[in-house]
Amino acid sequence: MDILDIIKPENQVFCKTKLMTDTGLSYCPGCGHGTAHNLTMEVIDEMGIVEDTIGVAPVGCSVLAYDFMNIDMTQAAHGRAPAVATAISRCWPEKYVFTYQGDGDLAAIGTAETIHACNRGENIVIIFVNNGIYGMTGGQMAPTTLEGMKSSTSPYGREIETMGAPLKITELIANLPGVYFVSRQAVHTHKHARKAKKAIRQAFENIKLKKGLSFVEIVSNCNSGWKMAPNESNVWMEENMFPYFPLGDIKVDGKLK
Amino acid sequence: MAELKLMKGNEALAEATIRCGADAYFGYPITPQTEVIEYLMMEQPEKRTGMVVLQAESELAAINMVYGAASTGKRVMTSSSSPGISLKLEGISYLAGAELPAVIVNVVRGGPGLGTIQPSQADYFQSVKGGGHGDYKLYVLAPASVQEMADFVEDAFDIAFKYRAPVLILSDGLIGQMMEKVYLKDQKERMTTEELIEKYGSWATTGKKGRERNIITSLDLQSEKMEARVHRLMKKYEQMEKEDLRYEKILCDDADYLIVAYGSSARISQKAVELAREKGIKVGLLRPITLFPYPKQPLFELADQVKGILSVELNMGQMVEDVRLSVEFKVPVEHFGRTGGIIHTPEEILEALEQKIIK
Repeated sequence: MDILDIIKPENQVFCKTKLMTDTGLSYCPGCGHGTAHNLTMEVIDEMGIVEDTIGVAPVGCSVLAYDFMNIDMTQAAHGRAPAVATAISRCWPEKYVFTYQGDGDLAAIGTAETIHACNRGENIVIIFVNNGIYGMTGGQMAPTTLEGMKSSTSPYGREIETMGAPLKITELIANLPGVYFVSRQAVHTHKHARKAKKAIRQAFENIKLKKGLSFVEIVSNCNSGWKMAPNESNVWMEENMFPYFPLGDIKVDGKLK
Repeated sequence: MAELKLMKGNEALAEATIRCGADAYFGYPITPQTEVIEYLMMEQPEKRTGMVVLQAESELAAINMVYGAASTGKRVMTSSSSPGISLKLEGISYLAGAELPAVIVNVVRGGPGLGTIQPSQADYFQSVKGGGHGDYKLYVLAPASVQEMADFVEDAFDIAFKYRAPVLILSDGLIGQMMEKVYLKDQKERMTTEELIEKYGSWATTGKKGRERNIITSLDLQSEKMEARVHRLMKKYEQMEKEDLRYEKILCDDADYLIVAYGSSARISQKAVELAREKGIKVGLLRPITLFPYPKQPLFELADQVKGILSVELNMGQMVEDVRLSVEFKVPVEHFGRTGGIIHTPEEILEALEQKIIK
């Protein structure tokens, strides 16, 4: 059979995510950001809310998220996305407002904005991609860099005594009354991606119900920053990141699990 | 029908913000501007007009909330005082870069550092020479009365939306705190969602409905694009200079000497002009109402008429540099100012004029 006989619309079982643009991703091959983008856009598409969705992009690797996500987006200053999203949501309470942030953005420079937006229970979604490193600037130590983990600013490994322990910001904000839903997921396998998508869907559904803040952490790899091959980085992530940042729902329906 | 009230400058500004149909205010307490957010919280504009008011966790958060609301085409304001404005400069630079309309109010206090809570004009450089990073300018309005604290709010929003650019109202602790009678305009309707989308839908991130997506960003990684963006900003500033310069001339027609002063310094200098004229010295006052654009041409022309110019400021000599640049050294230009929160008296100003200019 000729290949052209097979490539027909009725035979199609999978297609590019509709709400992703045709712009080539700026992420390194093997990085989890692309999947996290796809899942977020799939949820918005499947819920039929694209006309009412406003995204806020961070500073970091995903600063150009607006080049890839085919929705209205505002790019925020480093760490300030939750403040930007707060105002958009307050001024447009009927809209679906979300931020997409990395660990440096959300858990270091933007800690105050993150905690206070969460504490006020802003009716927004925060998608937090945690790869334990500053990818964009070339692999510096992040608040979530693991103990002993090497980076360009912890070349001998993160030392707890002088650099502090990796920050479990997700557990921290889960304790705030304004936060309704917290889940930590991964996207490196199909199984994990399906679970992550379910969590993202739940988060966006919560906006419709005006339940307060929903927070989805995605523990991801940074093969370039970690200086590993993609597969190797995923194995390393499972063996080292997951024990410190365990996957699963942390808070559901406003109750800690 | 305008309503006559006795109010503090900060309160008049807050009330005028509600009445001009603003959509949102985000702020953080700092003396001497705290009455703005206190007044708004007390008035509950959410009930009056649907205007959103929120106390942010910091000035940084507040200015970024302004950025968020502005990116969706809303009429949004924040206010602070000097140390707080320093924190907001990051966001102000982003607002300028992303070409967003917003109104920022600085009720200036003495600095540097934590300084003092008393009035000052020491933030002139910060306001008109950039302040934040990058090639940008702010349209700067300098009120000299409680009435202007009220009137300039709507003017500021009009300019912000005309140019899609942040506008600064540069007040000070004196104008913010003093009480005067003020005529307040009638309540204007806030823009409906439909009106907003019709007017600003071409750029605002209101949700991708019936059009291509809108993106608000100040980032251009390609140098050619970034240069084009900066050129676009500069064109706006040139247009502001042509179309929206504001200043006031008081008793300049026959003046032999000139005082240049803005804001509260202009109020006090006006009395100094009167005292001088009682002594037979013909002094005029030029009051810049916009500090950018600056009244360069009017000053350049007056320099052919007067024998000398005194720049009176509540600082150690900042605007005086712009006066000198404007008159291109045609006549002597000197500075007189008090600082640290001390306010000059009309007598001190006259004495400085006599000693530094008339001699």
